[in-house]
Amino acid sequence: MNFEYSEEQIMIQQAARDYAQRELIKDVTERDEKAEFPTEHIKNLAELGFLGMLVGEEWDGGGMDTVSYVLAMEEISKVDASASVVMSVNNSLVCYGLEKYGTDAQREKYLKPLARGEKIGAFLLSEPEAGSDATKQRTTAVDKGDHYLINGTKNWITNANSASTYLVIAHTHPEKGHRGINAFIVEKDTPGITLGPHENKMGMRSSDTHSVMFTDVIVPKENRIGEDGFGFKFAMKTLEGGRIGIASQALGLASGALERALQYSLERKAFGTEIFNHQSLAFKLSDMAVKVENARNLCIKAAWLKDQGLPYGTASAMAKQYAADIAMEVTTEAVQIHGGYGYVKEYHVERLMREAKLTQIYEGTSEVQKIIISRSLLK
Amino acid sequence: MSNPMKTVFHPLKFKNMKILVCISNVPDTTTKIKLSGDKKSVDMTGVQWVINPWDELALTRAMELKEKSGGKIEKVTAITVGDKICEPILRKALAVGADNAVRIDAVASDDYYVAAQMAEYVKKESFDMIFAGIESSDYNGSAVGSMLSEFLDIPSISSVSNVDFEGDSFVMKRTIDGGSETVDAALPMVAVVQKGIAIDPRIPAMRGIMMARKKPLSVEAPVDIEATSEFIEFEMPQPKPPVKMVDAENVGELFSLLHEEAKVL
Amino acid sequence: MSYLACCTKKLKYYKPLKKKKMSVLVYLENWDGKFKKSSFELVSYAHSIAENNGGSTIAISIGEVENSELEKLAQYGASKVLTVSGETFKNLDSSAYAQAIASAAQANACSVVVLGHNNTGKGIAPRVAVKLKAGFVGGATDLPKSYDPMVIRKNVFNGKAIGYQQINSDNKVITLMQNSYKIIENATDFNSEAFDVSAESKTRVNSVNKVTDKLLLTDAEVVVSGGRGMKSADNWGPLEELAQVLGAATACSRPVSDEGWRGHEEHVGQTGKIIAPDLYIALGISGAIQHIAGVSSSKVIVAVNNDPEAPVFESADYGIVGDLRLVLPKLVEEAKAFKANN
Repeated sequence: MNFEYSEEQIMIQQAARDYAQRELIKDVTERDEKAEFPTEHIKNLAELGFLGMLVGEEWDGGGMDTVSYVLAMEEISKVDASASVVMSVNNSLVCYGLEKYGTDAQREKYLKPLARGEKIGAFLLSEPEAGSDATKQRTTAVDKGDHYLINGTKNWITNANSASTYLVIAHTHPEKGHRGINAFIVEKDTPGITLGPHENKMGMRSSDTHSVMFTDVIVPKENRIGEDGFGFKFAMKTLEGGRIGIASQALGLASGALERALQYSLERKAFGTEIFNHQSLAFKLSDMAVKVENARNLCIKAAWLKDQGLPYGTASAMAKQYAADIAMEVTTEAVQIHGGYGYVKEYHVERLMREAKLTQIYEGTSEVQKIIISRSLLK
Repeated sequence: MSNPMKTVFHPLKFKNMKILVCISNVPDTTTKIKLSGDKKSVDMTGVQWVINPWDELALTRAMELKEKSGGKIEKVTAITVGDKICEPILRKALAVGADNAVRIDAVASDDYYVAAQMAEYVKKESFDMIFAGIESSDYNGSAVGSMLSEFLDIPSISSVSNVDFEGDSFVMKRTIDGGSETVDAALPMVAVVQKGIAIDPRIPAMRGIMMARKKPLSVEAPVDIEATSEFIEFEMPQPKPPVKMVDAENVGELFSLLHEEAKVL
Repeated sequence: MSYLACCTKKLKYYKPLKKKKMSVLVYLENWDGKFKKSSFELVSYAHSIAENNGGSTIAISIGEVENSELEKLAQYGASKVLTVSGETFKNLDSSAYAQAIASAAQANACSVVVLGHNNTGKGIAPRVAVKLKAGFVGGATDLPKSYDPMVIRKNVFNGKAIGYQQINSDNKVITLMQNSYKIIENATDFNSEAFDVSAESKTRVNSVNKVTDKLLLTDAEVVVSGGRGMKSADNWGPLEELAQVLGAATACSRPVSDEGWRGHEEHVGQTGKIIAPDLYIALGISGAIQHIAGVSSSKVIVAVNNDPEAPVFESADYGIVGDLRLVLPKLVEEAKAFKANN
């Protein structure tokens, strides 16, 4: 049993850290306030290879393992969760889904540009009436013989505006229940697709989130992923991997908040000494450290299982649920430790706290994760 | 006025150029320094090792030059003197883009020793340009680059803030009091570079990290040379006495103190 | 007891310590034919070493320097001044200069060579060391702690610790950190001698770009510096006035030069200039580690800031807590009064 990271994993972690601490930090507060998409940074991250790091080399990806991905996601999220969510959706959802279940033709056409970071992907599952209960898809994809016709609305879509490649989940055979759902590759500029306004979010404001409306959108037959009716399973399987990305993001928010709280406690003086020397505060940091360590271990284990080709659905659910929940706790505590300074934007921790909340909600709420975990106990 | 150095600067065939970058293994600059119990050495347990910041900038510049040379600069080699613990920084150099890396298997005892070891390697291979950072952030040694040039009996230019090539030759800016000079020298030469040689150290891309696995990292045996100096003892700096506060209402007192007590005015 | 017997008896118990005689060669850089305060510090340092070891202090100057200027070196103990001139030495060529200095050291039996730890010295000294097979200490901060063996104090880990480096070779080359040694008068007879050395220069200087109108930041004994607490570029008037009254150079912190309020040449700090003035006045500077790293070798640091918790007060010798808008004009006023009376 070896808990040490390889030299290469450390190099990847360091590269992500360097970019985040040197470049992303410069304008993160400004972009959060203005809800401005990090266009330049995404381009730079793409050039460094982060946006397609999990994709195999044969599809122009980085060919890196999932553990490296967790470490990189953590480092980026410590500074800019909006940038890391683009990275997570691109890598864990869209690229993963295409690489695992796409045909060679689909991968050649769509996966390669995504892996190279030339194009960004988005994953369209959630609907106004279907969030946690994903079987109730109202968006329809009617089989018209030589093409599919998609109608409906998707909401809360990350990267809706910046993406060019959408993976859309829609219902083809309602009478078959969830076995009639399909997954499609849809190009964003296909006529009939309109975006709702940019959502004014609590956190991760720099990432673009919109609802997407489909009105008689024509999708070529060959853009369906897998067999007819494979869509729901596709979504569930893909989300399993996506969970690791979001768990790592939550981990980064928590560990970033811990780093800042620790540093602050060593500089700030009260009652005659640095506040770190007051036991009540040291104990807070101790609790935070244990939570972060646990979250990291869960993320790495889920990543390791995935890399080994072993089942990892439960592990990733545990990682996501735990990391998100402690991220909320740790970031809140970090704001508390900072006192008044924690409440202002300049000190970053309030942003981390606002961002942590979303990790408990999207890509499967903490409650949904608990359904998955509790069911796994029955096996 | 005729240039007395005309004969030395024959026109360069600027192709198949090889650049050597000397790098050293240092503790990350945020490390808290602890001394060993007997104060004879610095406690390096748990230290995160990185490439010396000045050397990292030198390496970044070497890569930038190679990339814009359109193939005229053929190869960038990274070299260090150290034991196995130094290999990660060589692999980082490869990830950043160096074509090969060399480790001379010996503990770096002092600048003289390090320079002498590197000189032996350079004599076996041949390089057109050698970069070395002006200082190392551990023992603040500032001699390796210039010593290396003396061992090789080649020109050296120090305090180089900029290296570029114009047409078919390297052109450098070196810092002098109050400004800079544009200089060049006959090749091969050593450029001892300082901050400003590159803006930020290059971050290795995934592709680079992947390729680093496959690039050559050779280990060379050291030659028998003796160091000429050694560190025998260390101590922590005296903590500064607490600041003497002067009332904002009585600013004049500050000048009296500066004149009578501190004697700086 | 006979006189001889007494002496012999004394010899048995009092073995006189036979210190090796050490003569010191000190290289003086010149700026347009002139020396600076740092030059005399170097001669004083070299002289102290020589004196402690029964040797002579020999100075070497390269380039065109008038006798009237060279004479000054004798004030601080240089018993002989060697001058090197010629076309080869017109511009700084580390190899040629090292050749001259090493030859002079050998010709004059100087086992110790001292240079300044500045851009020039850093380029030449290591080459001299290799030529003389000498141990090298770069950036000494004090006189040697001991001479046999020679152990010298210097900063390590960017000043986070102090190291004592021992030179094991017979020849020794030392560069002295700025502002590390005081000027000591030791007037002796002026005696200059041309030193011939043949060397080749393989370095070519193509152009020189100098900013000569402003007082050089790296030379200034007093520096007045502004940080983000100055609030805007428009507020620099009183700061410049204070500098002018004190005959000081102006500097700034990184955020200020990043914002464009002051030029980059004024930026002092880890990624900017490292200076060592006698007096550094920090106005509205919080005192981040990176900034302090650029000024920590200053003799005295004065900080003015409206935040009593600002880290700068941990590095300062004197401090004033107050609003710069009120304190700065008072500083200007008091500076003028001080200068009028002194």
